Amino acid sequence: MHFQRAFEQFLSVVPQVEFWSLRLVGEDTETLRVRAGVVEPPARSLDQGAHITLVDRGGLAYAATSDLTRDGLRAACEQALRWLACSRRHPLFDTDLFPRPRQSGEYATPVEIPWAHWPLEEKLDRLHHIDRALAIHDCIVDRQARMTRRHVQTHLHTSDGVEIEQHQHILMPGYAAVANRGAQTQVRTGGGWNSGGQGGLEVLERFRFHDDAARVAHEALTLLDAPECPEAVASLVLMPSQMMLQIHESIGHPLELDRILGDERNYAGGSFVSTDMFGHYRYGSELLNVTFDPAFPGELAAYGYDDEGTPAERTWLIRDGILERPLGGALSSARAGLPGVANARACAWNRPAVDRMANLNVEPGESSLEDLIASVGYGVLMDTNRSWSIDDRRNKFQFGCEWGRMIRDGELREVVRNPCYRGISAEFWRNLAGVGTADTVEAWGTPSCGKAEPNQMIHVGHASPPCLFHDVEVFGGD
Amino acid sequence: MTELETRFRALADDAFAGLASDEVLLLNLGAEDSDFVRINRARVRQAGHVRQQVLMLELICKGRAARADLALTGEDETDAARAVAMVGELRDLLPRLPEDPYLHFATQPVNSRHEGDNRLPAAEEAVEHWLDAARGLDVAGIWSSGRISRGFTNSLGQFNWHSDWSFNADWSVHGGTDQAVKQHHAGFVFDADTVTRQLTEARDTLPLLAKSPRRLTPGRYRVYLAPSAVHELMSLLAWVGFGLKSHRTAQTPLIRMVREGFQLDPRISLGEDHAGGLAPRFTPEGFIKPERVELISEGRYRDCLANARSAREYGEAVNCASERPECLDMAGGDLPADQVLSALGTGVYISDLWYSNYSDRNHCRITGMTRFACLWVENGQPVAPVNVMRFDESLLHILGERLEAITSERQHILESATYEKRSEVSARLPGLLVDGFTFTL
Repeated sequence: MHFQRAFEQFLSVVPQVEFWSLRLVGEDTETLRVRAGVVEPPARSLDQGAHITLVDRGGLAYAATSDLTRDGLRAACEQALRWLACSRRHPLFDTDLFPRPRQSGEYATPVEIPWAHWPLEEKLDRLHHIDRALAIHDCIVDRQARMTRRHVQTHLHTSDGVEIEQHQHILMPGYAAVANRGAQTQVRTGGGWNSGGQGGLEVLERFRFHDDAARVAHEALTLLDAPECPEAVASLVLMPSQMMLQIHESIGHPLELDRILGDERNYAGGSFVSTDMFGHYRYGSELLNVTFDPAFPGELAAYGYDDEGTPAERTWLIRDGILERPLGGALSSARAGLPGVANARACAWNRPAVDRMANLNVEPGESSLEDLIASVGYGVLMDTNRSWSIDDRRNKFQFGCEWGRMIRDGELREVVRNPCYRGISAEFWRNLAGVGTADTVEAWGTPSCGKAEPNQMIHVGHASPPCLFHDVEVFGGD
Repeated sequence: MTELETRFRALADDAFAGLASDEVLLLNLGAEDSDFVRINRARVRQAGHVRQQVLMLELICKGRAARADLALTGEDETDAARAVAMVGELRDLLPRLPEDPYLHFATQPVNSRHEGDNRLPAAEEAVEHWLDAARGLDVAGIWSSGRISRGFTNSLGQFNWHSDWSFNADWSVHGGTDQAVKQHHAGFVFDADTVTRQLTEARDTLPLLAKSPRRLTPGRYRVYLAPSAVHELMSLLAWVGFGLKSHRTAQTPLIRMVREGFQLDPRISLGEDHAGGLAPRFTPEGFIKPERVELISEGRYRDCLANARSAREYGEAVNCASERPECLDMAGGDLPADQVLSALGTGVYISDLWYSNYSDRNHCRITGMTRFACLWVENGQPVAPVNVMRFDESLLHILGERLEAITSERQHILESATYEKRSEVSARLPGLLVDGFTFTL
């Protein structure tokens, strides 16, 4: 997409204000899906639009439009001016705090195998192959394999002459098998389902996309006859595909500074974390180390600059269990008087930037997966998130997984179905008893983290090794 | 005819002009002009305007189909050229696809048109009133308003139009120790007095919320679920509970009703009330929705929601655009709303539930949290707020043997969701009195 003309049109209509920024965003998305042997209609989406922010004499407002003509951009500026006047009468904060980036730059996802490298027929053949591999038994009553690729192109301009151009290339593959007998249905997923990574078709290998379908289907069948996960207080080994969710809900969201400042109280909620905790609060055991890392190779939310124009860099949030820093973009950091990170992001051109967690990772430790399991007398290993629920201050949680294995006397034993666990964030991480080594780290994430008003769905990444927790309440289904 | 409708018709004419005789093109338009004002501490956090227009194309030929969405730029010539070019790209794609056995679109043109009047005040005028009325209170929330337009047309001569002006104010008034009163005002006509009255009620409620919260121990409790709380449960159930595809592939959480004949309380009746909803009456494939679809009648699983694709696959009639209800309607009961507290006696008044998900989908067992002003009630009198509690309970029990009463009054809840676009989903729900609701944490 070529935005130079839109930028020039904007320059000819932008009003005289103390500061403006223009974020031009184009998204090109394509999805292919084979469901139970049938190719569903391929879907393409070409989205583009402009997000204009104006700051002037104590007022701050935005307007967004898909109309990139001169008249369209002028009309958007007039809309922003209308709300500028209202915000000036009811300011939440001093607009002198609004960030004015100083550094221009570029970012682009490294792509080894471009999407176009395989013709459509080859992609559909591969999806068909996986779909057939899932069809191992009459009890597999539904199955599907899919691939979505997305190219997000962002051009940020400011009245100070800053120009930032970024290109994110994202691949979201995956497949699912649904097994049923009578009133018992179990779903097992694989190949990166509900996750994804940055890059080209090489991302498929990271999720073992081509090689794992038969295992996924067999495990769905196995779950039909497996016993329920027992109800107990036990040790818990979480694999990276579930650590993703655990990090997301009970570290990521509570550390978002806009939640701590109260912006989200009507929708996504607040936080049990308060501004006075940073620097000394024990968030977890000494084994807990958490970084914000937009440079992690291939992780879903990698970028060079956030949507306020702050350069992104790896930053420690929790070190040796002690809380150091919140997930706050430049504006939130200024409002709170706390150091932050480059995490002010918008999901699209039609929404303003807010604090998001981007790539949020648990750093590796010193235990192999075998060591973690061997150290457990009685416990459960849980894999692949299936269900998530947590209170509005991100404390009382209950999560469920697709797959569970009992651990007794240091050895993996029988499969259990509907494995769930619950706990309280402020206590759970203090029971962290083992962290996997660097070679056990896997990068997962989700394309659908919801937050903000108006609502925004955005992609986030979470890399983690498997981790061991003690004294966790585990249970299964009815 | 509005300028947008005129432009959509002209754009369609351009896109249809180059079609071959064996090609069919479906076009959907999704457009909104929206004001959004987000507030925190009764002051403006983010205020702005969004204008978005998307053209959705589906080209069909020889039993094959391909789809594309295009953001419209607003420049007629550019948009027409891009639409025609995209039709060309889809045309090149079709021969490379196998036939689609579940392809399904309307072939008998039925035209319709709804153009609502703008009865809204200027958004900044309404927001100013809201903020003035909230002065001195700690209020967080969102104002959304403006026109939403949906259009459908196809190369077979059908044209449908649905456009209306609406607003949705959704806010919470905070006080006490992490306590809040949740309030809403939404619809087609803004009433400033309603906002003032609600905020006055919130002021009156805050002293109660400031009392020391009651800390409940896990266990079973007698509870009243207000319509907003019922809405949270129904929203999760709606996800895959009633779709024909989820029914036939055994993924509905109501599978015990389907496979084992499990019945809910006979007072439970649920329907998809297309006629009473906000969404257009036409589907993206050009089918016209029926007035109503009965989903559960007197406690028994009844009909499914069948979109065009599922309907073709399973030989049913199309009766929805999405297999997730857009205006779920639950029958009221015989408990007058003003007798809820006395009927509850001693227990928990649950105004809102939050962040629900399945803990055991096969048994429709749902976990989630209480949120906002949930109150401990003794002998029919609210005495203290309750700390947030996690519940884990089967909807089959809540709507089954543990259901005591259903309120006679129902609330029409307009969803405030704005993911990608402003939601047109609503629900008409009563409150429920339940004995033995399980809290776990």
